[in-house]
Amino acid sequence: MADVSMRGICKSFGKIEVLHDINLEVKDGEFVVFVGPSGCGKSTALRIIAGLEEITKGELYIGGRLVNEVPPADRGIAMVFQSYALYPHMTVYRNMAFGLKFAKTDKGETDRRVRQAAEILQLTPYLDRKPRDLSGGQRQRVAIGRAIVREPSVFLFDEPLSNLDAALRINTRIEIAKLHRSLNATTIYVTHDQVEAMTLASKIVVLNQGRVEQVGPPLELYHHPQNQFVAGFIGSPKMNFVKGKVLSVDASGVTVEYGEAKPATIPVGGGIARVGDPVTLGIRPEHMGEGAGRGLPLAGTVEAVELLGEASYVHVRREDGTALIARSPGDSQAKVGAKITISTGVEHLHLFHTDGAAFPRHSKADAA
Amino acid sequence: MARHRKVNRIAVYAALSFYTLIAIFPIALVLMNSFKTRAAIFGSPLSPPSLATFTLTGFQQVLEKADFVLYFGNSLIVTVVSLALVLLTGAMAAWALGEYRFRGNTLIALYMAIGIMVPIRLGTVSILKMIVAMNLINTLTALILVYTAMGLPLAILILGEFMAQIPRDLREAARCDGVSEYTIFTHVILPLIRPAVATVAVFTMVPIWNDLWFPLILASGAGKQTITLGAQQFIGQYVTNWNAVLSALTLAIAPILILYILFSRHLVRGLTMGAVK
Repeated sequence: MADVSMRGICKSFGKIEVLHDINLEVKDGEFVVFVGPSGCGKSTALRIIAGLEEITKGELYIGGRLVNEVPPADRGIAMVFQSYALYPHMTVYRNMAFGLKFAKTDKGETDRRVRQAAEILQLTPYLDRKPRDLSGGQRQRVAIGRAIVREPSVFLFDEPLSNLDAALRINTRIEIAKLHRSLNATTIYVTHDQVEAMTLASKIVVLNQGRVEQVGPPLELYHHPQNQFVAGFIGSPKMNFVKGKVLSVDASGVTVEYGEAKPATIPVGGGIARVGDPVTLGIRPEHMGEGAGRGLPLAGTVEAVELLGEASYVHVRREDGTALIARSPGDSQAKVGAKITISTGVEHLHLFHTDGAAFPRHSKADAA
Repeated sequence: MARHRKVNRIAVYAALSFYTLIAIFPIALVLMNSFKTRAAIFGSPLSPPSLATFTLTGFQQVLEKADFVLYFGNSLIVTVVSLALVLLTGAMAAWALGEYRFRGNTLIALYMAIGIMVPIRLGTVSILKMIVAMNLINTLTALILVYTAMGLPLAILILGEFMAQIPRDLREAARCDGVSEYTIFTHVILPLIRPAVATVAVFTMVPIWNDLWFPLILASGAGKQTITLGAQQFIGQYVTNWNAVLSALTLAIAPILILYILFSRHLVRGLTMGAVK
């Protein structure tokens, strides 16, 4: 078991810099998820930890040892690839035993580890099959099994679920969480899917354009995003953003004019805000409902209604063109084309500067 | 739509059948006539051997007169050793050129590409001088060296293309598994490019087996003749022993056919299936 420490890691491909000064501490046994849009550098960061990419600048420690120049095999890591990367000409058994065979592991020990991993992953009946005779989910499990038998101190997963269908993805997600609990190994997991990040992680790292936007436990990122990017990325559907202007700042919060009749006072720390500053309000769809009953109403026209059964997503466009989504109960009566007012309580609001930085929310909002 | 496709398909089959006929015709001619009497060869060259015209004199002459077993052996040694060298060094070079970035990488790849474009026979005089200087004239080694050089560029190109198609994840997974670069090459890459190796083997061995030029120039005497050179001795300036020539050629086809059948099993085979999704 080991912790992983990235200190000032930069990575360039030729002249293009894809990672800028990444600093990150992963503690022993943690499940850390790198999440971000495609091209944000999350896979590159993982490949750097695996040793498949060279580090341009900075230092990488695994288990307290500087591993910048250490080849992948000697880092005590095991990686599960998005494409599974199974050896097509070998049986499941040989796929899992391949690395051990050349690491001069004792035959009996190899056999014990492979059979144990197969048992955990329910692969025992398939040990003699070739990868082409397996389903996608089974191949995925073989790939995980190949990682397990190495008994690594750090597991690396590179978007392991993105090739699976929706139902299987949820199952495998739960399996991976269980596996992490039973092995208790440090795990670093890359995904672009924020739901996977929220459900699996003990700590989420949000990356954007090669920079770390925020690091924290899932709920902290959900309730206290440090900036507009993280706020928009965590949560589904995406957070709604409404433009506004600061009218006044006092101890109870920041009062904002946002295009409706009455200004709203948002319980956040004013900090450096000045009167007249343009700001952005952030409202999560799940905190919005039909009707004007809550503290902050927004009027517009219904553009679309998505009926999911347990809830309905009402898509609303305001007169100034801003698109909003509200999560309504499953039996929503909203009609496309009709005028509607949706509202939210001010305690649910987030407020962002024009540069994207969030105003710190009053801790009272946490409870809400 | 369906009709159009059917017409299309008929056209394709017609073209292929026509080509097959053209390709098989000379071989069939040689095979048929090698079993016929001299009179029948000239009298009705296109008819198959009948009871009246059937004879084995050609084969008899070939096996009695000339050291055909020796020629066979020479051809076999030259072909098999050259083939092994081309495949081994070609695969290793293709892997190195494709997988590793090093100084001169592009230059070497370009140099190899030129080898495909420029026929090796253009360099015959220099090759002859080199072989003489190395004191290898009239040896099978000379032929093996020349044929290895001849086969390498195309082998590297084809094998390189196939290796490039092997997903990068596979090699990286092996590296994470702690497998050495040599083992990755022998246990992951080579098994996966077997169809390509078979293709290259066929493309390489046929010209070597059939070559007359280099045996004639580099190893034409003292029991170092190859089969093609051996068959030549029945073609005289004034009289040609057609029975013997045709029988020799028939015998010469057999081993290459066997080798071809061995390799063609692997020629087309989707081995990478199941590697990645």
